[in-house]
Amino acid sequence: MNTTASLSIETQQNPNAAGAQSSYDLVIIGAGPAGMSAASTACQHGLRVALLDEQPNPGGQIYRAIGQTALQDEKVLGPDYYAGRQLLADLHQALDSNNAVTQGLLHYFSGSMVWSIEQDQSVCFSQQTFAATNSADSENSGSPVKQTSQTNPMATSNTSRRINANKILIATGAMERPVPFPGWTLPGVMTCGSAQILLKQSALAPKMPLVLAGSGPLLLLIAAQLHRAGVEISAVLDTTPKGRYRKALKYLPGALKNLPLLKKGLELLLELKQAGIHYEKHVTGLKALSCSDGQPSVKAFDPAKPDMQPIELLQQVEYSVNGKIHHRPCQTLLVHQGVVPNVQLSRALRLEHQWNTLQQCWAPEKNTWGRSSHADIFIAGDGGGIAGAKAAEYQGRIAALKIAQTLGYLTEDQLLKHAEPFRSLLDKQQAIRPFLDQLYQPADEFLTPADDTLVCRCEEVTAGEIRAIAAKGIAGPNQTKAFCRSGMGPCQGRMCGLTVSNLIAEVQGKTPEEVGYYQIRSPIKPLTLEELADLAQ
Amino acid sequence: MDNVLTAKSAISSPSDVKEVATFKRLATRTETEQAGKTVTVYVDDQPVEMQPNDSAAAAVLTSGLRYGRTTTVGNSARAPYCMMGVCFECLLEIDGIENVQGCMTTVQEGMRIKRQHQARELSGR
Repeated sequence: MNTTASLSIETQQNPNAAGAQSSYDLVIIGAGPAGMSAASTACQHGLRVALLDEQPNPGGQIYRAIGQTALQDEKVLGPDYYAGRQLLADLHQALDSNNAVTQGLLHYFSGSMVWSIEQDQSVCFSQQTFAATNSADSENSGSPVKQTSQTNPMATSNTSRRINANKILIATGAMERPVPFPGWTLPGVMTCGSAQILLKQSALAPKMPLVLAGSGPLLLLIAAQLHRAGVEISAVLDTTPKGRYRKALKYLPGALKNLPLLKKGLELLLELKQAGIHYEKHVTGLKALSCSDGQPSVKAFDPAKPDMQPIELLQQVEYSVNGKIHHRPCQTLLVHQGVVPNVQLSRALRLEHQWNTLQQCWAPEKNTWGRSSHADIFIAGDGGGIAGAKAAEYQGRIAALKIAQTLGYLTEDQLLKHAEPFRSLLDKQQAIRPFLDQLYQPADEFLTPADDTLVCRCEEVTAGEIRAIAAKGIAGPNQTKAFCRSGMGPCQGRMCGLTVSNLIAEVQGKTPEEVGYYQIRSPIKPLTLEELADLAQ
Repeated sequence: MDNVLTAKSAISSPSDVKEVATFKRLATRTETEQAGKTVTVYVDDQPVEMQPNDSAAAAVLTSGLRYGRTTTVGNSARAPYCMMGVCFECLLEIDGIENVQGCMTTVQEGMRIKRQHQARELSGR
């Protein structure tokens, strides 16, 4: 099925609308591949489902804007991206009011940011409320607002509400691993994922000269996509350390179970080579600089604020190959060191987490059905450990089926029968992970950066400060908050959490597992007092 | 401060903070399907034409302005970094509301986007 940009999707936008209820069998958080597939599957089996998503449209990051794709040329992003249309079509079908099976069972809440899940399984979220004309209509008719890609919802304010869940599925996905290195806060340094999001949602290409630096499949993919889009790439700097292929070889037999994916990776490398893109291997000493070669630091004043100090902007990238230092002018430096689970919600829920040494990140514990350390909370997709979009889709279906069985909508036999095909598909996707994880494990300079590197972007705390505090014998990451405010800015530790744990572990000679992670508390995103007060009414 | 004035290459005068080099729009599907349908937003009072599904952070990137805010702690310049709601580097004042995540906000006709400089000033409003 080939759906197009003109698809419309029904979304619960008015908290007071008659169609919106307050109690659900299953509340799914996140409408990426895991959340979308879980929602369609669960309501196929009769569950009343609420699907909550922060973005204005379903797709998550991997299938971002899949219903409103911006690029004219579909060759740029390639068929793996547009494969997300099938999940979107399934979701539309489930939301279709004429669908005899799922009629009225699925409620989709777009632009809805979950900020707390309480002990009683109630889910608190803040939703963008839209223009007066729209909300008046839905108040009168009591039906959800029809939002299409043509209408532009007017975000006038955010309103909080609370719904109750029997079971909860966390499908909040992954985020790019924050990559601390000298100069990574300079305007012009962005993640590779952000460039891809701009392509998917807006067909925007980064300004040039453009350099990509890092390690992992996504680095190569985005380089290829930008090249296909006609964007000139000055260089791709691969920071994958020497000897990694040899180290990863022992996992090759597993990877061979997923030959098509392995082949895709090789094809990407070949594509970049044939395109004649300057490609450097084993790059170390990556630095973003605000000065041009041989020139003093280039700064500029903002005419709007004449009394302000000069502004430092990205001018060039410095890096070493075989001990020799190189410089390249650049206006955009896209960085990437793989993706890690976004654990903000699972941490706030105090679920058990484990340190994954191969992936160098935390992941919430879960069993083969996706059930977490809390019996009523399930996890599917990359938020439970990185395995990719297809794996997320299968995990979403498996978790939804298990939840259906737990709630009595399926028998044990039906569960096993329905889940079996997705299990074998999932196994294939997961088989290649150890190979990729070992091959593309970030270099030490990004895991435990040099002393002068900013680690906490919000509160501007350096690696050196964290090391000094760690050397005083602090008990863990939470003490760094008290000593230097790391992790206490608006991002709530999302950007520095992994690095702070790693630095303390390094100084104190412990494992990250022993050191632990920040205590994450609700609300997991900043709220206005008005949004908080909504729930008291 | 002297080095600011002696810097020969790239940025050397206030007007150059706004550069010609910017994020560039590629051929879009929306252009073909809904020709002429754009949204005008104002970034620091300068009009910027955007597509209806763009974010406010994308508006800052296409406006030619090279940063979106300066930090509350060290007054250093920052620009959107992750574009997916986790890094909080794209905090903007949008239609009079401060500290809004620009990457999570869809543009709308007439939207007023302002860059944020250092910590907010409590005006007693």
